[in-house]
Amino acid sequence: MSEHATVLYDIPGPKARRLNLILSVVFGIVLAALVWWIISVLIEKNQLTAEKWSPFLEIQNWTTYLLPGLLATLQAAALSVVIALPIGAIFGIARMSDHTWLRWVAGVVVEFFRSIPVIILMLFAFQLWFAILGTSSPFAAVVIGLVLYNGSVLAEVFRAGILAVPKGQSEAAYALGLRKTQVMTLILLPQAVTSMLPAVVSQLVVIVKDTALGGILVGYVELRRAANTSASNYGNLLPTYVVVALIYILINLALGWFSHWLERKLRTRRGGGKVVQIDPAAQSDLMAARQQIEILDAPGIDEFKKS
Amino acid sequence: MDFSFLTDPRYDILGAFWMTVQLTFWSAIGSFILGVILAAMRVSPVPLMRSFAGGFVNIVRNIPLTLIIIMMSQVVANQLGLRLAVREAGVNPQAFLNSQNFRLAVLGFIIYTSTFVCEAIRSGINTVPPGQAEAARAIGLKFTQVLGIVVLPQAIRAVIAPLGSVLIALTKNTTVASAIGVAEAALLMNTLLENEADKFTAVFLVIAAGFIVLTLPTGLIFGAVANKYQVKR
Repeated sequence: MSEHATVLYDIPGPKARRLNLILSVVFGIVLAALVWWIISVLIEKNQLTAEKWSPFLEIQNWTTYLLPGLLATLQAAALSVVIALPIGAIFGIARMSDHTWLRWVAGVVVEFFRSIPVIILMLFAFQLWFAILGTSSPFAAVVIGLVLYNGSVLAEVFRAGILAVPKGQSEAAYALGLRKTQVMTLILLPQAVTSMLPAVVSQLVVIVKDTALGGILVGYVELRRAANTSASNYGNLLPTYVVVALIYILINLALGWFSHWLERKLRTRRGGGKVVQIDPAAQSDLMAARQQIEILDAPGIDEFKKS
Repeated sequence: MDFSFLTDPRYDILGAFWMTVQLTFWSAIGSFILGVILAAMRVSPVPLMRSFAGGFVNIVRNIPLTLIIIMMSQVVANQLGLRLAVREAGVNPQAFLNSQNFRLAVLGFIIYTSTFVCEAIRSGINTVPPGQAEAARAIGLKFTQVLGIVVLPQAIRAVIAPLGSVLIALTKNTTVASAIGVAEAALLMNTLLENEADKFTAVFLVIAAGFIVLTLPTGLIFGAVANKYQVKR
């Protein structure tokens, strides 16, 4: 929770405390009723019996289905981000080129792949791979689809990161006689990369989640699809999906915390400098990236805390 | 490039995109309502509501949408017996399945997207300078008044552009409904690719153009509105 929320209301007095207590109790009762109802439905449908959940104590279930599925998910995510990062850097820099035609080409490519759903890109990549190489590779389809989409998202992250470097940095570099390429590679990029790291890590959350798209139409056996086979084998769909959801939640929460930690570390090290942030929902939108930078710049909570 | 499949009566391309629009429309309305409720709970003075909304958001948005949608169909509907459509005897069971799956998908999208709406609104509330809320409290307004009269009207204006990107993301996410057989654009593309594999580039360009037509105006409109109503500080 942000400290900011407390600005909305005073430290509660006796009357407000009583009201809050009443609201808490009412809401608590509603929540408890909801939980009780869910549990009773689960019992009624025989979902909480031991034989539905015991397959997760069998090593074989993990070694045959779940762990290979998890590995496939992580492999696709890792390879995608490794390929997407340099592509994103190239297109992000190309969008700020001095040559109008290059800016245009990079801009059209980035905007095109950002406005198309990842599944559509994966389906296309699957057919393209087949047409060129004559073999079908769900793994390649997933990775190409993720690279095309996330490469263009990361291009915007790179651009926002470079734009967030104070103008004096490049002016000073030009004054020293550095050339355009030198200013970019020696001065701007190194500073931009540190401010972008948290955004890149949060984009990893999106990539990990999107690997699950490969299990639908292109047939990549990632965690969800592998678990589905396990579930039909043991006859325990609900418990399997709960466990898979838990695995995803743990991975992504860990990544989210890491991103947060990085952001805080970088922010204190740079003395309250800008950190590029992308809103997880709006990863795909430049306006949102700009908005976020403005939010971090806006006179607000930080100055408020300092004073 | 051969675009002959466009006129083939077997493929209802406009119908598929109409389904995408319908999925987006109902999910957008539902997730906006749920998202506002969650955001209000997240900043409320009641600790239990705050932690419930926070927990809900952090759990749901870390689950892949694919998992949520397939869970809606295979677990919530098939295992737990949720019925969102009426099955009439003697009527084509496919019609029942179609509306059931459509509504399950919309419900899944609402649950998932509302967490992003909630986060967008919360970050909008954070853009309102603390002085605004402090001044409002200083003249004696209650929490509901501070939020309703002073903070939210300013926050909503800051939130238009991010909400636009949530809507664009939702439009693209509706393709996940193909996982439970809703006849929208991605499922049509899959059929097209199976039957017309040799024209896969043309198929891709048509479907891609459809999504650009849907998402580009959304971005432009929300951008223009956001600019117009931006709070000048």
